[in-house]
Amino acid sequence: MSQTDARAVILERIRAAGASSSAPAEVPPPPPDTVLDESAMLELLVENLRDYRAVVTEVNGPELRPAVDAVLQRHGCRTVTVAPALDDSDRPTDAFTVIEDHGLSSQELDGIDAVVTTSRVAIAETGTVVLDHDGGQARRALSLVPDVHICIVRADQVVTSVPEGVSRLRPSVEKGLPLTWISGPSATSDIELNRVEGVHGPRNLEVILVR
Amino acid sequence: MTTTSSNPNPLADTMPTFIGMPKFPTMAKEALGNTQQRRNLQHATHTIRAKRAAVVGEMNDWEALRRNGADTKDEVLAHLDTYLEQLEAKLVESGATVHWARDAEEANRIVIGLVQAEGVDEVVKVKSMATQEIELNEALEEVGIAAWETDLAELIVQLGDDRPSHILVPAIHRGRAEIREIFRNKMAAVGRPAPEGMTDEPRQLAEAARLHLREKFLRAKVAISGANFAIADTGTLVVLESEGNGRMCLTLPETLISVVGIEKVLPTWEDLGTFMQLLPRSSTGERMNPYTTMWTGPAAGDGPQNVHVVLVDNGRTHVLADEVGRQGLRCIRCSACLNVCPVYERAGGHAYGSVYPGPIGAVLTPQLRGTGSAIDQSLPYASSLCGACFEVCPVRIDIPRMLVHLRTQVVDEHRGTRNAESSAMQAMAWMFADNRRLQKAQRAATLGGKLLGKRTSLGAIPGPASAWSGARDVPVPPKETFRQWWSRTDGGRR
Amino acid sequence: MRVALFATCFNDTMWPETPKATVRLLRRLGVEVEFPPEQTCCGQMFTNTGYADEAIPLARSFVDVFEGYDAVVSVSGSCTGSVREQYGDLAKRSGDTALVDGVAKVAPKTYELSEFIVDVLGVTDVGAYFPHRVTYHPTCHSLRMLKVGDRPLQLLREVRGIDLVDLPSATECCGFGGTFAMKNADVSVAMGSDKVRHIRETEAEVVVAGDNSCLAQIGGLLERQRAGVRTMHLAEILASTEQEAS
Repeated sequence: MSQTDARAVILERIRAAGASSSAPAEVPPPPPDTVLDESAMLELLVENLRDYRAVVTEVNGPELRPAVDAVLQRHGCRTVTVAPALDDSDRPTDAFTVIEDHGLSSQELDGIDAVVTTSRVAIAETGTVVLDHDGGQARRALSLVPDVHICIVRADQVVTSVPEGVSRLRPSVEKGLPLTWISGPSATSDIELNRVEGVHGPRNLEVILVR
Repeated sequence: MTTTSSNPNPLADTMPTFIGMPKFPTMAKEALGNTQQRRNLQHATHTIRAKRAAVVGEMNDWEALRRNGADTKDEVLAHLDTYLEQLEAKLVESGATVHWARDAEEANRIVIGLVQAEGVDEVVKVKSMATQEIELNEALEEVGIAAWETDLAELIVQLGDDRPSHILVPAIHRGRAEIREIFRNKMAAVGRPAPEGMTDEPRQLAEAARLHLREKFLRAKVAISGANFAIADTGTLVVLESEGNGRMCLTLPETLISVVGIEKVLPTWEDLGTFMQLLPRSSTGERMNPYTTMWTGPAAGDGPQNVHVVLVDNGRTHVLADEVGRQGLRCIRCSACLNVCPVYERAGGHAYGSVYPGPIGAVLTPQLRGTGSAIDQSLPYASSLCGACFEVCPVRIDIPRMLVHLRTQVVDEHRGTRNAESSAMQAMAWMFADNRRLQKAQRAATLGGKLLGKRTSLGAIPGPASAWSGARDVPVPPKETFRQWWSRTDGGRR
Repeated sequence: MRVALFATCFNDTMWPETPKATVRLLRRLGVEVEFPPEQTCCGQMFTNTGYADEAIPLARSFVDVFEGYDAVVSVSGSCTGSVREQYGDLAKRSGDTALVDGVAKVAPKTYELSEFIVDVLGVTDVGAYFPHRVTYHPTCHSLRMLKVGDRPLQLLREVRGIDLVDLPSATECCGFGGTFAMKNADVSVAMGSDKVRHIRETEAEVVVAGDNSCLAQIGGLLERQRAGVRTMHLAEILASTEQEAS
């Protein structure tokens, strides 16, 4: 009862504030997006990812599995979690213990060294990868709890600007999928405004860009 | 039942004043005496100012982006009722539960009820200005629920039994050595202690926070957040952060309660294209903050399955009713205005007596709370009107104009009760109303100038002028005004 | 073109050398300014302190006095800013449509000195001579309300003999802010002290600005510190000539 009251009262206060009487305002469009050709766009993505301390490996299709292995080796990882839907071609080889996620608990995830995911979109201008957590991208906890996140980005997923990235993501949102935007590893600037990488999220973000 | 539902001026109890808060100048004077804090603030504000300028400078047409941001927010405010109804419908459709709260007390009551229904005695929290504004942590504590702040700076403030002094970096007033002491002395009482041998190196301090909070994240059943944006046409909530504490809270617990001010709505999903550029570049001075989470109700098999949204008014509709003040509701809490403000840099955030410090606080707080108290009457005057805040605001809030508007409101509210200032102002206004009166006053001034002979300035003088002359010399009036010269020489032609 | 000088109450009473220099300068540039003696004060101090009712009659009087001129030149960026950016709000509050119309006519033709010389007269070399080391402080209202940009610097760069040096953190407020200087004296002095420190770092003999109110703050601190740096209004440097110097 009180809830209905609150809703009605707030809406009534808004109407009484006189702000809702005018005709729809015409909002002029935002400035046009930056346009880059594909190679400049990929170069910018790599540059901006690195600027925010992500490690980037650029590979051709067949080199992907060895590249995943190499990253895991570099971090001394033994256990890796993946979504059951992750393609074989995107997974590490048998040299590592691959644990498929069939509802791992947070505590279980905390004991795993690394995660391999795909992504939905990458934005060059800001050095951002976006996951909608469908298929091989795994549910959110997987790319959050283990300390090494290996994220596979395919060249055709890359856009130049933030507005382009946003429009590409509408279908995911309409399906009700959650999104995680990631720009470099976890960081804080809370101590004297100095940037420190690595707080709660994975302290290592490894992006493998597949051309 | 609430006490303010039918009150057209629902202030005073919308946002609590920090207890017994004196006026801004008194608080500022105290802060100026704290040299450690001044050094911390100077360093921090200048660092972030430069970072912001650099990433804004990268943009082709920042001004057009700002205008689009401001216009979009104005459109929201012009049709806020419609957008809120649309947001609510989309949220419900996506499986979220929507609650409405007229004021702080009602919002806190709703949240407490939801937490108690889960049968837990602790919650993890993502940094949120809205929950600070309504003093949710204190309300939870009263009923025996511990609210763990998980943002590093909020953790420093909470463990230090301190108050936030900045919107983005609440512990900006603290240096690394102080933070080390707080962690060493306070962490053990509420969970995992700080590591042995921890130095004051920022990396080690961040590591201590990681270890301390991890156990809390992994066991938490309920999380509380705010939202930077709420998208009306999709029912999506958006939280920007850096450390991953936000992702932990928004992903691992079973229940998520988000407290959202009603002005946070954006009309369409595509509007994020503008705001995801404006906010990170203006707040942390990055092209993009490390992490952003966006969710549209509960997602099957992924993250919290009970998703609640509490839409809070708490004085916002009162701000909306003011034609000039309304633009304050465009604010996206980036804190760029704090970082460039010469007054904030020297006075610090605590002097503003509110969770919203700095230029935006000086306009927002007296609007949300009203101008009844001494601190709230002094806030609109806590500015030299230099305009640096307006220049950097990503949604073009004309803060200087709003400050003048609020000063006028303060004076208007006191018309009829005479004081030294109003008497002086009225006497001067009378003098300026007629140039003959002005000339008469000028003759007295030039007489003074002649009596003082060759001196060009005076040192400290007692009385009301001491506010000026305590540290600044006073110029001596000239022996002849311009007006006297003009008529004596026919404008220099004689 | 009929041009009126708005001397401003503060300069008329306390700093008459500034409007006098303005008259000499403009006359040298071929502009015969008039000084309508009915002028008093633009009301900025009242407006900015919250005394809108006291400011409205002053706005009305400003409009009455200056309505008939083609251009109004003022020696204060801050007072010009008040006329151009704040009179609209005052007129609206008064509910007097005649005042609203009057403001709409007078405000756009009210200029700060450097705007008038560069934009209206189209001149940057005013034939001045000033053989001294000078640093320029851009005042907040000329910079951010009027957006005069680098017009004052364009004028100063053409001055013969001048040694113009950059002021560190130039765009930071000096801390004057009208009644702010009294109401928040401690913060105001802290801001001013930093400004003065930067000025002294330049080792300039003279600090120049387009507003004597800011210069009163800066000068008051410099005098108290016996810093040996003079304050001068832009008009006074631009009016200086070789003949005067010799």
